[in-house]
Amino acid sequence: MSALPVPLTRRGPLRYTLVRHLMYALLAAVLLLVLTSSVSAYRDFQIANVGYYVVAVAGLTVLTGLNGQISLGHGALMMVGAYTAALLLERDNPLPTTVVMVLCVVVTAVVGALVGAAAARLRGPYLAGATLAFAVGLPGLTSHYAGTLGGDNGLTVLTGPPPASLGVDFAPERWQAWITLSGALITLVLLANLASSRVGRSFRAVRDDEVSAELAGIHVARTQVLAFVVSAACAGLAGGLLALVSGQATPGAFTVALSLALLAGAVLGGLGSLAGAVYGAIALVALPALSSNASDRFDFGTDVKSNLPLLVYGALLVIVMLAAPQGLQGGVRRLLGLVRGGPSAPVRNDPVTDAVPEVSVTTPER
Amino acid sequence: MPEQPTNGASLQVQDLVTSYGAVTALDGVSIDVPAGSITAVLGANGAGKSSLLRTLSGLVKPKAGRILVDGKDVAGLRPEDVVQHGMSQVPEGRGVIAELTVDENLRLGGLWRKDKDDRSKAVEEAYALFPPLDQRRKRLAMTLSGGERQMLALGRALVARPRILLLDEPSLGLAPRITSQIMGLVRRLCDETGLTVLLVEQNARSALSVADHGVVLNLGRVVASDDPAKLAADDNLRHAYLGF
Amino acid sequence: MARFLSVTISGLSGGMIYAAVALSLVLIWRATRVVNFAQGAMAMFTTYLAYTVFEHGGSYWLGFVVALLSGLLLGAFVERVLVRPVETGPPLNAVVVTLGVFIFLQALAGLLFGGRFRSFPTPFSNKNYNFGNVSTLSPFEIFVIVAVAVVAVLLYVLFQYTDVGLRMRAAAFQGEVARMLGVRVGQMLTLGWALAAVAGSLAGVLVAPSVFLHPNNMDGVFVFGFTAAVIGGLDSPVGAIVGGLGLGVLLSYVASYFGGDLQTMSALVVLVLVLMVRPNGLFSTTATRRV
Repeated sequence: MSALPVPLTRRGPLRYTLVRHLMYALLAAVLLLVLTSSVSAYRDFQIANVGYYVVAVAGLTVLTGLNGQISLGHGALMMVGAYTAALLLERDNPLPTTVVMVLCVVVTAVVGALVGAAAARLRGPYLAGATLAFAVGLPGLTSHYAGTLGGDNGLTVLTGPPPASLGVDFAPERWQAWITLSGALITLVLLANLASSRVGRSFRAVRDDEVSAELAGIHVARTQVLAFVVSAACAGLAGGLLALVSGQATPGAFTVALSLALLAGAVLGGLGSLAGAVYGAIALVALPALSSNASDRFDFGTDVKSNLPLLVYGALLVIVMLAAPQGLQGGVRRLLGLVRGGPSAPVRNDPVTDAVPEVSVTTPER
Repeated sequence: MPEQPTNGASLQVQDLVTSYGAVTALDGVSIDVPAGSITAVLGANGAGKSSLLRTLSGLVKPKAGRILVDGKDVAGLRPEDVVQHGMSQVPEGRGVIAELTVDENLRLGGLWRKDKDDRSKAVEEAYALFPPLDQRRKRLAMTLSGGERQMLALGRALVARPRILLLDEPSLGLAPRITSQIMGLVRRLCDETGLTVLLVEQNARSALSVADHGVVLNLGRVVASDDPAKLAADDNLRHAYLGF
Repeated sequence: MARFLSVTISGLSGGMIYAAVALSLVLIWRATRVVNFAQGAMAMFTTYLAYTVFEHGGSYWLGFVVALLSGLLLGAFVERVLVRPVETGPPLNAVVVTLGVFIFLQALAGLLFGGRFRSFPTPFSNKNYNFGNVSTLSPFEIFVIVAVAVVAVLLYVLFQYTDVGLRMRAAAFQGEVARMLGVRVGQMLTLGWALAAVAGSLAGVLVAPSVFLHPNNMDGVFVFGFTAAVIGGLDSPVGAIVGGLGLGVLLSYVASYFGGDLQTMSALVVLVLVLMVRPNGLFSTTATRRV
């Protein structure tokens, strides 16, 4: 795909992709530390939400953008993670949070493997429909197994207070933000490395031309399943983090709307782009907040307030697809390209942002 | 023989330029087809033959030039409108709609015409012209052989009672015997009803044998325009552009 | 045994509704090679319009007609304005556009009408006729079956025996060739979507009494309709009907013997199983592309 020459400016350890990514992550961590410490508790809560959305949207954008598989079921996968966390933390002597999060990842990855294996032969709209069925159907299990899963009321998740070492007055929201942001940074580094590795290249190869990929020795079905597992793992972690932040795991939080919102976030940020995933995640938190404020200011009423974000997502999805199919990140990239003086300018150090190479055939207008 | 209410129309292509993005497929092509005659357009693959037909039928909009049907410029019109000016095309690969029956394919050819009675009449004339089709009226087009499909495509084009017929490589994939039958039929149509024909062919020999005039394209330009016998006799030309 | 018969029969009317949704998806797929993920939401929205008619004193039949007509217009609008630009590009774009319409319409319905569940009237009684121990269909359920059957037959006649139908099929099968034959392909595709949306709206009105009227009420129905369409083969209208009925009966068993909450997951299982064995559906005539 994109055979980027290594810029001559990179010397020493910065030649290595992993080191570069870790440095970015470290830089981001420092900036986020400063950010979270200087804003209000409510903002920290919002930032905490952005954190787990980044994880979920990043996983989805890798699956759909890099590997070309459309999933409308990632909300349901988040639900698996959230309920896993809730069930594990229900016990009298709960495991440490980190262990719980790892288990969320593992369990959801297994579910993702099953879903991915079943879906490996499905393409395009068939896959979308099957994953949609998954998203619509999974919440029904909580009613059916209401005993363990708590039915409509769901399960409560008790998260411990921030560690004593941080001080007695340490805001729990900031602690939660740190937790989810750490999860987000770790996920982003891992995904960025994956994307620029051989595995990442095989994802893209399968997306672009299955037959050629198979001929080149790539096992198509296994690659598809692997992509699913990776994105499911992310969704599981996101779900677990969501359970921690919101203190509960209920079916109402994992409706079809969530799956569609995740896809909207990935598309609007630019499919396949990790930076776009961050923008998308921010939008997923900012839009409901903005609409809530607007509704309060203009006295809109609950019906408007609760539906406005989705109304905007829906409209944006259609508008963006019609006007700029590459999403926002694609638009930004094109603008940067223009600024730097054309196609000869090197692309920014983001190996994930490959253009989806669809050649548009000029068709006469009907 | 189908009856043509009027004789065929004249076709004049003037300085036609067509490009797909950066690639220029037709670079100022001019061809004059007098009414009631057959002109063969020849050339190797990539010479511009199919671009010419796509532009004439309206699937592609030309960058410049005119297409005059009896003096009326149809360049840039959409295909649905071009056909109403009397120009019908028999596309490459037959263009038969496989999922429809023979009868449905034929009826489709005349649907745009206002006169309903004449539509049925035209369909019956096509059956008279092509007995094998008559025997397979209700069969799906996908069950037909290559030669039968060619007949169906030709019959369908004739149902529209065209005044100009554009033929896109009718011999493609057909046995020589059937090819000469088709060519012979085209010649008869022209002679007996005055239909104007633009015949695009890679099989230069068979095309030149029925044409009144021959045009050779290369890289989007006309490199020769002459009497078929003279074109066939010109060894250099034949070897360079026509492959025999 | 009586229970088995009752459960089987009661699956038929639900099955017809899924068949109607499946039929609309198949018609749209055949015309434009797009899966209309917004179909359920479109049907839900037109059902709300019918409800608005009732609220203003209109009769059931007036509301019924309004739902179908608005479905016609909505289908035409969505195709011509929103989907046409992405019909020829990568399939993902069309999926995203229809999903955008889905999200938008659900949110719009919630915004305009509120999220609460409303009951929807039925023109006929809901009491099942009983033959001994076997509970069969209610008059309303018979109406559902007849209505869908009538619409399906009308559509069949339209497509197979009229000039317009011939044009629409030609436009769907080979658009370019059809254009060269004077068919206004764009108009035919829009018409195809409009008619498909009528079938969808019919399903929406017929199912509203049992699932109540609320913005998400067609989510499950859409999934079942999609499953039925895929099982039957996305190119096959007959497959859509058979798939719908079969799925309806199957889900009736699941609901009765295992629990209603498991219906959607069972549909998913059926969907996956069928696609693993026959990736193009049971009744499809297109050749499988082996990768």
